[in-house]
Amino acid sequence: MLELVVISTLNGVLFGMLLFLLSSGLTVIFSMMGVLNFAHASFYMLGAFFGFQLTKWIGFWPALVLAPLLVGAIGMAVERYGLRNTHKHGHVAELLLTFGLAFAIEEIVSMIWGKSPLDYRVPALLDFPAFTIFSTNYPAYKIFMLAVSVVIFVALLVVLKRTRVGLIVQAALTHPHMVGHLGHNVGRVFMAVFGVGSALAGLAGVIAGPALVTQSDMAASLGPILFVVIVFGGLGSLPGAFIASLVIGLVQTFAVALDGSLASAFGPLDPSAGPSVLTDIWNVTIAQVAPIVPYLLLVIILIVRPMGLMGTRES
Amino acid sequence: MTTAPTSTSKVAADASGGSLRFYGVWLLGIAALIVLPMIFSSGGSLTSFSLIGIAIVFALSYNILLGQTGLLSFGHAVHYGLGGFAACHMMNAVVSHGWPIPLPFIPLFGGLGGLVFAVIIGWVMTKRAGTVFAMISLGIGELVASSSLILRSVFGGESGITTDRTALPKMLGWSFGPQLQVYYLIAFWLVLSAIAMYALTRTPLGRISNAVRDNPERVQFIGYDPHVVRYLAFCFAGFFAGVAGGLAAINFEIANSAYLGAIQSGLVLFSTFIGGTAYFFGPILGAILVTYLQLGLTNLTGVWQLYFGIIFIGIVMFSPGGIAGLLMMHRPLIRAGTLWTVIPSYLVAIVPTVALACGVILTIETVARFSGGDPINLFGIAFNPTSPVTWIAAAVLVVGGFFVARLTWRRIADAWDRAATVARDRGYLA
Repeated sequence: MLELVVISTLNGVLFGMLLFLLSSGLTVIFSMMGVLNFAHASFYMLGAFFGFQLTKWIGFWPALVLAPLLVGAIGMAVERYGLRNTHKHGHVAELLLTFGLAFAIEEIVSMIWGKSPLDYRVPALLDFPAFTIFSTNYPAYKIFMLAVSVVIFVALLVVLKRTRVGLIVQAALTHPHMVGHLGHNVGRVFMAVFGVGSALAGLAGVIAGPALVTQSDMAASLGPILFVVIVFGGLGSLPGAFIASLVIGLVQTFAVALDGSLASAFGPLDPSAGPSVLTDIWNVTIAQVAPIVPYLLLVIILIVRPMGLMGTRES
Repeated sequence: MTTAPTSTSKVAADASGGSLRFYGVWLLGIAALIVLPMIFSSGGSLTSFSLIGIAIVFALSYNILLGQTGLLSFGHAVHYGLGGFAACHMMNAVVSHGWPIPLPFIPLFGGLGGLVFAVIIGWVMTKRAGTVFAMISLGIGELVASSSLILRSVFGGESGITTDRTALPKMLGWSFGPQLQVYYLIAFWLVLSAIAMYALTRTPLGRISNAVRDNPERVQFIGYDPHVVRYLAFCFAGFFAGVAGGLAAINFEIANSAYLGAIQSGLVLFSTFIGGTAYFFGPILGAILVTYLQLGLTNLTGVWQLYFGIIFIGIVMFSPGGIAGLLMMHRPLIRAGTLWTVIPSYLVAIVPTVALACGVILTIETVARFSGGDPINLFGIAFNPTSPVTWIAAAVLVVGGFFVARLTWRRIADAWDRAATVARDRGYLA
């Protein structure tokens, strides 16, 4: 039992940090431009596929740097040539643009790399067990993932809260005209923020690719959870996104690991006792429910606290 | 969303002469629905018509949310799917209990299935509009779609729930075995739902929904609760989506978890938006086009969804009013008699634009078939995807087409401005 708790906690924190890496980019973009980037998970997927391809050509470490830069460049192009022109039609049009983009990226990726999972391997340098707990080897690559996520998290917080760049970015959020009058190119700030957000997603993709599965539906399966994270944490709140990422990461990891059901706890239900729906619910295991747990959390938070954990704004 | 006036206000404006034309359009539509299967009587076209009919009801129901109330939903298929399951269970119950309910009433139960879910979940969902609503609808959609695989007794797991439409009591001697009879059933419900949904836009609720879409704060000032209005609109949309789901269940004689999923939700969003949300007939155009493309393109290419994505992005960027918006843009010009000044520049623009489109298609197909090596057949010319000639042709078409097309588009814009100025002077354009 203790083994399960320790391993699941480690994996949960890992998944949570990965979610945060993604949701931080999404949150910063959202609070800057008011547009929810539906294609954010697609940028994550692009990161994984670019990472795979570049690893094949030039090795993992150069790919770790180059792939996020490429994804960031694509993000900047999307902002410059897509979102900026769509802005005059309102936020819904911008959201729809990124929705169409997510759709197109998934198709392009499956067109080029195929629909089956890729053989994206952990680099040889990190392919060893870091430590052993309860006779389970914990891979070094997961520790590396965790380290990267933590470093990015700290760096993001420092840049946003402690530097001049962060000051300009934050000011551009609330007072774009004033920032413009002070001589900063607000359009370029927006483009840069979008690029950095996309690059963060790309980085998450490169490092998550070998550990999780790299295939063309990875964006579609992660995207909705990402939105649950930022609604759960409170739209536009970075600390909220952090807490929500960890909560959802942990809850889902534990749910997958648990095999209990109501039937195993209280004994099987008499089949004649009620409608068959009840038997269904009674017999379903927690592991089976794991995929819907984030959405259940979403519904609960909406009923209890509609603005999310740390959210302040009512939109 | 766009703040363009809906067609309803225009109809209201010209009362006497307009009413004849107004009913004429509806009667023409109904006549077309009756006559169509007589002209195109093959099994394939009947199946297509049935699918298009279902898609139209679904898209119109979606537009109650998107176009009328300004709610962008990513989970509208939930109501469609639950309607389908409700209809299937109802049909099976009718057969097993021997109730005297004939098939034409079944879509009503589908509608109730969609409505019940909307009533239960809608109050929480519609608390907020805009982006938050979009996200929540996505989450709820995923929740229901994933739950459907867990609750096997209700949703039948992977294989779904099957039913037999011919086992129900006959009505007017119709067994609804042949596709033609099913088509007329769908057409009947299409007309009924379309009239009901159009009538809804003319009610005070419909008008106040438009106001909520455009300015919820002002609606609050005049004493309405935007939350309640959104909730009611959501319930109506859920009901009609359920009707569409019920029709689909009758058509396919099965309901499965694919009805509820994200793909179905995405398709209805595509249809509605591509058609145009600001006019009542927009979603109808969109549903026809998207279903037709879907049926036609699947035979031609393996990556038809990519074409959808590109068309969708193009519409969002260049014509947020959709096809209906593009068409209705020309109305004041026709009235002012200045359309003919624009048409020459349209004709000039067609050539490079088509060249650009061909280049894009050629590029996509080259990449898609690169490993397989199947030849690409474009207007009877065969291209080999692995030969450099094809790549060069594609690159020339895309790059050359783009630059020439951009020049001609500017010409259109100029000609358009001149024509619009004249139309404005003559009082046909505000």
